[in-house]
Amino acid sequence: MQLFATSLLNGVTYGLLLFMLSAGLTLIFSMMGVLNFAHASFYMLGAYFGYVVSTRIGFYPALVVAPLLVGAIGALVERYGLRRAHASGHVPELLFTFGLAFVIEEAVRLVWGSLPVPYKVPASLDGPLFTLYSATFPTYKAFMMGVSVAMLVALYAGLTRTRAGLVIRAALSRPDMVEALGHNVPKVFMLVFGGGAALAGLAGVIGGNAFVTEPAMAEALGPIVFVVVVVGGLGSLAGAFVASLFIGIVQTFAVAIDYSIVGRISVSQVAPVLPYLIMVAILIVRPRGLLGTRES
Amino acid sequence: MRTRSALRAVACAFAVLATSAFAQVKIAYIDPLSGLMAATGEHGLRELEFAAEGINAKGGVLGQKLEIVPMDNKLSPQESLIVLKNAIDQGVHYIVQGNGSSVAGALIDAVNKNNERDPSHAVVFLNYAAVDPDFTNDKCSFWHFRFDANSDMKMEALTSYMKGDKNLHKVYILNQDYQFGHQVARAAREMITAKRPDVQIVGEELHPLAKVKDFSPYVTKIQASGADSVVTGNWGSDLQLLVKAAKDANLKADFFTYYAGVVGTPPALGDSGVDRVKVVTYWNSNAVSPAYEPYIDAYKKKFGATSDPYTGAMRLALTYLTDAMKKANSTEPAKVARAMEGMKEEGPFGSTEMRAADHQLIQPLFVLTFAKAGGALKNTADGTTDYSFKQDIKLDGPATARPTSCKMQRPS
Amino acid sequence: MTRGSRERLVLWAAYAAVLVVAPIVFSKGFALTLLCQMGIVMIFALSYNMLLGQTGLLSFGHAVYYGLGALFTIHALNLGHGKLPVTLMPLVGGISGLFFGIILGYVTTRRAGTTFAMISLGVGEMVAACSLMFPGFFGGEAGVSGNRSTGSHLFGLTFGPQIQMYYLVAAWLLLCTVAMHALSRTPLGRMANAVRDNPERAQFVGYDPQRVRFMMVALSGFFAGVAGGLAALNYEIVTAESLSARTSGLVLLATYLGGMGFFFGPLIGAIVVTLMQTLLAMVTKAWPFYFGAVFLATVLFVPGGLASVAMLHKRLWDTGQVRRAGVVYAAMALPVGLALCAVIALVEMAYHASGDVEGPLRILGRELDANSWGPWIGVLLVLAAASLACRWTWRRVAPRWHEVAQALAAGGAR
Repeated sequence: MQLFATSLLNGVTYGLLLFMLSAGLTLIFSMMGVLNFAHASFYMLGAYFGYVVSTRIGFYPALVVAPLLVGAIGALVERYGLRRAHASGHVPELLFTFGLAFVIEEAVRLVWGSLPVPYKVPASLDGPLFTLYSATFPTYKAFMMGVSVAMLVALYAGLTRTRAGLVIRAALSRPDMVEALGHNVPKVFMLVFGGGAALAGLAGVIGGNAFVTEPAMAEALGPIVFVVVVVGGLGSLAGAFVASLFIGIVQTFAVAIDYSIVGRISVSQVAPVLPYLIMVAILIVRPRGLLGTRES
Repeated sequence: MRTRSALRAVACAFAVLATSAFAQVKIAYIDPLSGLMAATGEHGLRELEFAAEGINAKGGVLGQKLEIVPMDNKLSPQESLIVLKNAIDQGVHYIVQGNGSSVAGALIDAVNKNNERDPSHAVVFLNYAAVDPDFTNDKCSFWHFRFDANSDMKMEALTSYMKGDKNLHKVYILNQDYQFGHQVARAAREMITAKRPDVQIVGEELHPLAKVKDFSPYVTKIQASGADSVVTGNWGSDLQLLVKAAKDANLKADFFTYYAGVVGTPPALGDSGVDRVKVVTYWNSNAVSPAYEPYIDAYKKKFGATSDPYTGAMRLALTYLTDAMKKANSTEPAKVARAMEGMKEEGPFGSTEMRAADHQLIQPLFVLTFAKAGGALKNTADGTTDYSFKQDIKLDGPATARPTSCKMQRPS
Repeated sequence: MTRGSRERLVLWAAYAAVLVVAPIVFSKGFALTLLCQMGIVMIFALSYNMLLGQTGLLSFGHAVYYGLGALFTIHALNLGHGKLPVTLMPLVGGISGLFFGIILGYVTTRRAGTTFAMISLGVGEMVAACSLMFPGFFGGEAGVSGNRSTGSHLFGLTFGPQIQMYYLVAAWLLLCTVAMHALSRTPLGRMANAVRDNPERAQFVGYDPQRVRFMMVALSGFFAGVAGGLAALNYEIVTAESLSARTSGLVLLATYLGGMGFFFGPLIGAIVVTLMQTLLAMVTKAWPFYFGAVFLATVLFVPGGLASVAMLHKRLWDTGQVRRAGVVYAAMALPVGLALCAVIALVEMAYHASGDVEGPLRILGRELDANSWGPWIGVLLVLAAASLACRWTWRRVAPRWHEVAQALAAGGAR
């Protein structure tokens, strides 16, 4: 029972973090049709900027400053890089984001070195929150969950209740019409890309100190985020939410289960493969994902 | 433009090859200098370079200086072989490696093949920390010398301590999923059941090497099993993050480790580790011989008061190497290797011997417990100012030695 | 024999000659290792271009066929107890690549475009993750080792020395290049091009795009497996890294950089990438950054790759525009060169300041302290000045370049 409860809590926390990352990615895809390989790199940048700001000023200011910085970088990338690559076609676009991910990782190595940086949880949030069956649940994980949920609510409210959100959702499915109506659609794209990057940056600020902050962190998390987006459905926020929680919980539980399925192979050893297995299955059986609205 | 600079770089490489063979003894350091285990790799490099500087300051060996060539292998056996080839092409005859027995195994194999096919470019492998017992048993090689006690020797020492530990009743064995982790798990199972049949092994787990960022699922399993002790061979980030997760979840268990003193782990332990975390090691900074104290002081002066030169094997390996070169009056690998077999040196904790039968160094071993610094414990654990390690038991070299199954093939 | 086909024959003969002569020119041990590495990547990149350039399939998991080919080859080497000839070992790799190409190809080619890319990524990651589950086959963390110099030594060839390994690689490289080139000229190859350009139309002509894609994936898997087999023999160790996303990324980089629109593009790309990985890595620690920057620059500014640049200059030569173009180059050389130097200086200083590299930074023989403000401001000023000079010079020479472009367009309609 303790194992189940703790694993569930851990899985949900991890899933919510995945959602913060995949929300931005799925928005960007549904708007521009480009799968941004550099999205996990924005997550990494958020973690590093969070580290820098929290050591200079403080953790709470970092929660605001770092995502804004990352968002600004994202907007610039869209304006000067992606737009140009888009003119050459789909493949160059994908390759551009691919190369960008690589360059960002190297740039981070350039500036901060290859060793993990000591990005620590702030003292005010360190320590156990409550005890569940003799295992403690850290306060910081609860904080992470809180921020993710708050962000989800804000995103939902922003998209459905504000005028800007209306324009964005319209541009999502009918960009030409929206442009014909007089809105600056390229600017909207730039803002959405920047916004998605800022979300990833925020995830980085809160995730970087719970997990390890080092140059390879983007590479480690990147593929999982893709799995989430693809499984949830390219273009669907609700799908991304469901898929993130699903994948997060499945991954956490899989590690905890010792039950062996085939001979020596136990479920916990299969754990790393599961997300990809699910993704490939979905892509073959239902390419638009669980709740997706359109295919590539 | 591109071809020209490429040719220039190639020419540089040749020039380096030509000139350096005479001027210096090149020693390649092949370990991870990037990625999750970069911190352990960087620390080892620092200690190796420091030890080499000390020898160079006293005039080097046979009129030549020691030059350390760092090479990043990214903890990959495949990359290590590529890097080894580069090293050999640059005129390196001595390589030093220690992080990761899988890499060490690949290197031993490659060195054997290379020395057989191309004796003029022979290489000697000085292993400072890869402790899979096979390398001095079934997979032993004339060209390989190990300067750290192998994992069976360490488990023997650890379980000798466990014999008298009254608080030990339920043990959980957690290790990294590669040959070293498997060896530790096997040895732990065998020796604990032999020496303490009353103890129950309540769980055994293997996790991927250097990939796990969050150990909370594993800690949850340990708690669920009711274990009061955890035996683990984890090192580097794997131990650091495990300890962090254990602290977060408030796991009340003793940790019997191999690498609690290594960079990154002592600061992660903190108060919750005091009197709980034990380590088996050849390094006890508070029990060094007076002759060794100046070395520690010089190291702390250069790298900071919280730096602990716990990789004593580096200095010892270089001492053995240079003395063997002097004894053979040559820097040629085959002659030096022959001279190094059976050598004895006085180490910081007592006498040591490089056993000729299997090229395993026999040296004193300690079991230490993490404690608060102060009083007699004036040298602190690496990276901390308030903590140190207090000695539980010390075993002299001969007491730690174990029989070997090595049938060494020596070149004629 | 027409002029065109005579030209082509000369090119093929020159190619074979270069392969034979290369180790004699570059004879030091280090160069030989490099040449072997290059040869393997060339075959791998050519096989990848069968998908990317010829069929329009962007795959992020091509290393699966390479890695599995390598694994099967090294297991065959170990199990064969030296009875099978080493020369034919890469064939084992090729056949296993073909086998998995058939299985995985059937599953993945149902869709094209971005969906295919994602499936290939997923499958690639899946197989890489499987490597931990089956340590007996994949070798676990230590990988699988083998010895290529055991076995029947035909004609006294042990394949112990690197030079023998090189000629084996060169022979397979020549064979595979001829085979893949021939394949691109067959109806299958032409239909692959058609499917790339307009799948719907290809369907109307009567060919099933999925069938064509499936066959191309299977065949490219064969050649990737051959490359993997050669890698297994060359390094004598295979780890799960051969299947990893990193290896897939590497071949993608090499192929795109070289130019996916031309058959010989990947060859150039493979050579450049290998050189950067090895030689550039010796000169500077910042080489992965330069690597990525070059790739990004290629994607943004030269989407046709290095091959397109080569072909452009060939057309300049053919239409007699070399002198005019030469003037433009000469004028732009100094400001652009200066700007590049400034950027390189910035990157190197950043690396040194981050503490990743020990020792002082030397540029043009003078030591620069990367931790103080002086050099940074100096380099930034140089960069600013060089950028301004670039813009100014370009405004002056742009008309001349337009003339060249016009002449090319006119001359091209020959």
